[in-house]
Amino acid sequence: MYVLLGLVLIFSLSGCGYNTMQAGEEAVFAAWGDVEASYQRRADLIPNLVEVVRGYAAHEAETLKAVTEARARVGSMQVSKDMLKSPEAMAKFQEAQGQLSGSLSRLMVVVERYPDLKANQNFLDLQNQLEGTENKINVSRVRYNKAVQDFNTSIRTFPNSLTNSLLLHLERKEPFKADEGAKTAPKVKF
Amino acid sequence: MKTFCVIVMLLLLPHLACAIEVPQLRGRVNDYASMLSPGAAGRLEQQLADFEKSDSTQIVVLTINSLEGESLEGYSIKVAEAWHIGQTKLDNGAILLIAKHQTKVRIEVGLGLEGVLTDLVSGRIIRGDMSPHFKNNDYDTGISAGVSSIMQVVRGEYKAQPRDLKQGKKSASPVVTLLVFLLVAVVFLGSFSKFLGGAAGAAGLPLIGFLTFPGLGVVVLALLGTAGFVLGLVVTFMFGSGGHGSAGGFGGPFIGGGFGGGSSGGGGFGGFSGGGGSFGGGGASGDW
Repeated sequence: MYVLLGLVLIFSLSGCGYNTMQAGEEAVFAAWGDVEASYQRRADLIPNLVEVVRGYAAHEAETLKAVTEARARVGSMQVSKDMLKSPEAMAKFQEAQGQLSGSLSRLMVVVERYPDLKANQNFLDLQNQLEGTENKINVSRVRYNKAVQDFNTSIRTFPNSLTNSLLLHLERKEPFKADEGAKTAPKVKF
Repeated sequence: MKTFCVIVMLLLLPHLACAIEVPQLRGRVNDYASMLSPGAAGRLEQQLADFEKSDSTQIVVLTINSLEGESLEGYSIKVAEAWHIGQTKLDNGAILLIAKHQTKVRIEVGLGLEGVLTDLVSGRIIRGDMSPHFKNNDYDTGISAGVSSIMQVVRGEYKAQPRDLKQGKKSASPVVTLLVFLLVAVVFLGSFSKFLGGAAGAAGLPLIGFLTFPGLGVVVLALLGTAGFVLGLVVTFMFGSGGHGSAGGFGGPFIGGGFGGGSSGGGGFGGFSGGGGSFGGGGASGDW
């Protein structure tokens, strides 16, 4: 009798999205893991890049300093799964990463003026790695946003919304917004 | 008739103007920009087919005339997501993409190869092995050199398992196995009592339905339960005409038949297609 009751319970819960919503949330966390890993990879590459550029372009101290400082800010941020719920924390994270992106792209524009540096094998390798990482960041962000959209939709539609408000209490996750910096290309003064 | 043709062509224009579609996967070498000589294309195709046979790693070449304003990286990941190059779970695929008009090259690397064919290594292959030949308009040599460098880097990373290769997307789903087990259970229980056989069907069929499609609603499951009860009774009437002997006698051969059918369903897969590999944006871009 209890077995039968248990079975009925399992079936009725699955009809209300009890399982799919939790699977959806896990998918969001997994996608976030990829985003975090690619941002981390970028942060790891930067000290090497700064070192190599400094060897050739010592008087770009200001640009280099901006990169180093932006990286330090990113490095000091506490990142966790919990911040996905909070729009403020996500906005702060995105702002710090955006600033780092901005200072990096300024640096990449500046190095165009140094042919020696651009011929350096070490620099070219780093440039490839950095470009590759930026691309992975892009891809993982798009996939994260997709996972978030699916999840947010799933917790708001009936009957999942009912199950969620009664049993699960899962919270809406925050997607990435289009970067402020991405809308305007970096300006270079000559 | 002529005016009709013109109108049709005019109607088609807007479709031609919008963002470029991912082309069809024709084989391992997809030379849409006609950059390779037929001989070189044939050799490459053969080399890549042999490589997949030994290593299971899939490498595909795509040349296109123009990106038509789309970014190289964006287009490349679109192709990767559409073609699923590489084996499922191993994700050992790589795509060499060449945009002729923009003089751009990209090596898109599957998740499973990112460890060896890193962004750095991919960049070196483009800069060192491909661009110099491309600058001399020697595309045959450039593309072949790029492909063999990629193969050299990833060789030995994976070994082909016999089951990796000839398989389509998935093996026979467990639902076949489950149904066979249920049938055996029904026949077995039905040999004790007809009602027991029906009850086994009533419990088993919704359970299988739930395991296969976890999203099923209560109503569907209840219907499955009813159907399972009726089918269970029918099966019991057909096979289990009472004694233990007949039920046991039927159980044996039936399992063999059921499993045979299940495994043959998964096979069969002609021509070339992606094995289901995933990409995460790894690789490098370059130009010439």
